[in-house]
Amino acid sequence: MDSRPRLAVWKFASCDGCQLSLLDCEDELLSLAEAVEIAYFAEASSAMEGGPYDLSLVEGSITTAHDAERIREVRRQSKFLVTIGACATAGGIQALRNFADVNEYISVVYASPQYIETLATSTPIAAHVPVDFELRGCPINKVQLLEVISAFLAGRKPSIPTYSVCIECKRRGNLCVMVQGTPCLGPVTQAGCGALCPGCRRGCYGCYGPMETPDTAMLARQWSAMGVAPRDIRRAFHTFNAWAPAFREEGEAHDD
Amino acid sequence: MTTDRTTRRITVDYLARVEGEGSLDLHIEGDRVTAARLGIFEPPRFFEAFLRGRGFAETPDIVARICGICPVAYQMSAVHALENAFGVRVEGPLRALRRLLYCGEWIESHALHVVMLHAPDFLGYPDAIRMAAEHGERVRGALALKKAGNSIIRLLGGREIHPVNVRVGGFYRVPSRAELMPLAEQLGRARESAVELVRWVAGFAFPRIERDYEFVALRHPHEYPLNEGRLVSSRGLDIDIADYESEFEECQVPHSTALHSLLKRRGAYLVGPLARYALNFDRLPEGIQALAREVGLGPVCRNPFQSIVVRALEVLYACEEALAIIAAYQPPAVAAVPVEPRAATGFGCTEAPRGTLWHRYEVAADGALADARIVPPTSQNQPSIEADLEAVATPILDQPEAFIRQRCELAIRNYDPCISCSTHFLRLALHRT
Repeated sequence: MDSRPRLAVWKFASCDGCQLSLLDCEDELLSLAEAVEIAYFAEASSAMEGGPYDLSLVEGSITTAHDAERIREVRRQSKFLVTIGACATAGGIQALRNFADVNEYISVVYASPQYIETLATSTPIAAHVPVDFELRGCPINKVQLLEVISAFLAGRKPSIPTYSVCIECKRRGNLCVMVQGTPCLGPVTQAGCGALCPGCRRGCYGCYGPMETPDTAMLARQWSAMGVAPRDIRRAFHTFNAWAPAFREEGEAHDD
Repeated sequence: MTTDRTTRRITVDYLARVEGEGSLDLHIEGDRVTAARLGIFEPPRFFEAFLRGRGFAETPDIVARICGICPVAYQMSAVHALENAFGVRVEGPLRALRRLLYCGEWIESHALHVVMLHAPDFLGYPDAIRMAAEHGERVRGALALKKAGNSIIRLLGGREIHPVNVRVGGFYRVPSRAELMPLAEQLGRARESAVELVRWVAGFAFPRIERDYEFVALRHPHEYPLNEGRLVSSRGLDIDIADYESEFEECQVPHSTALHSLLKRRGAYLVGPLARYALNFDRLPEGIQALAREVGLGPVCRNPFQSIVVRALEVLYACEEALAIIAAYQPPAVAAVPVEPRAATGFGCTEAPRGTLWHRYEVAADGALADARIVPPTSQNQPSIEADLEAVATPILDQPEAFIRQRCELAIRNYDPCISCSTHFLRLALHRT
């Protein structure tokens, strides 16, 4: 009998990028596969084994009644459940439907809407079942993913910082783009990417979602003083983490 | 188990080793396949709907999220379409850097599919990890190759998935020559392992089948197509990408949340590696043409199972092209050419790893999108996938169900289907009545 911990990877509404991060661990994948039994990972293997699982990684948001049922079964089969990425953690870009009329959306894309089964909202996994840890990012950072897997398998808390992108910018020695007149979501966005956008001399677009206790109103005032129109402030908060409460509320405070 | 041999049904509920969620449903009456359906149940995310009202500048970042495996393809089709709308041309080193970035995605995506997702079928393993127990060097070599592709994307784009550096007009920041140089060393090694990869996969046992596809791909005056060209086909189509909608149509079918795409006059067609290769063999460097011949491939390959060999040849091409771009690189004076939004419609069509990816945007005077239409490769290939399933299953209907099912799954994986792109789920049900 295999005594290794059993890992499962699940997909809901998503782009597949976060589970691909696991396959993008080119140097670590084979050693990871020795340390754990990859029991269910449909994107990588046709050997799909039943539960229970020690650790389930869940990608994607809940957008259908069927998926709302399926996540409950995943939870029942899993000792620990970790969400990976902005879709599973905050509803993803597809949560923009939550601010609109989904039937109108369907009619834009499909000629025969009666074939399409979908919920009016795209919601995070935690809105449906208890979640043990939420890993942020659109996409997640694979180094953070390996840290989370190692931590759960070792029975400790993952060491994932909740401070803002600004800290990472300072560490990298990036010149602050806000000071140079470029609007940036870095001051209210959780670290984890390595301050990539300011490193490319553009503003952060918030793909890791709100940091712990973000002062979004202060940042929005600063953007406004820089001449950013209310509509653009709203759009900036309502992108990849639009349904994360802090970004949702700040976006709604600005006219479209 | 059914003992009634007149009507049967074979199903696969959740297809593995494909990107996204889908199923297959095969209906058999006697010795005939009466229906072969690729079911796609992946929930729609409505990109074309929520893009309306978004700014043109954020469009490349948003459409990247359609696919985590080929985000660069979405970014490329989007920037070309928007530049087309605004009357801007991106030339010289900026154009070359885009081509380099795209080479990175071809290497990363094709290496992933060839070795991690497709090869296990030919060698009888459920996945590459178990395959590594006996083919460790091959799997490690493939991972190194994939990493070389990802290194390009990381260097130019900041990260492998959803790179952050692409913008309408060019890039946010361009690399120096010195920054690109270490890539050349890595790509030199990748080139060697790509040659080995071609020879290895060409030696697999392929089911014998020839399909009479109408191939559709871009064709460029002197390059193997990535970012630009006219849309041509093996039956005489030769159009500007702006005329796509007059020749092609999308239709909705009940068993799929992805729209099916058809040639208005002739129906099903094929995009992707086999089509690019058949229509652009003469654009490949002589060394690659020679290697193709050496491993037994002519200038046209109609066996869908051999798409794995063509993908490996395209990995080799992308390594060589990337090396040539790096060797010739001189940093541009500006990271992006200026862009002035205006009310206009623009078209973009590029060659994603899985085939042509067509975008059309209508932009309002303030630079916000008024309308968006995106036609991804997998939805274009759906009718051909279903026709392949029928052609592949028909001669083996006297075989055990497990064998038919396995062969049909392989026939689907020949396409490297990207179901999240096409909207998204794949389920194989084999109905025998």
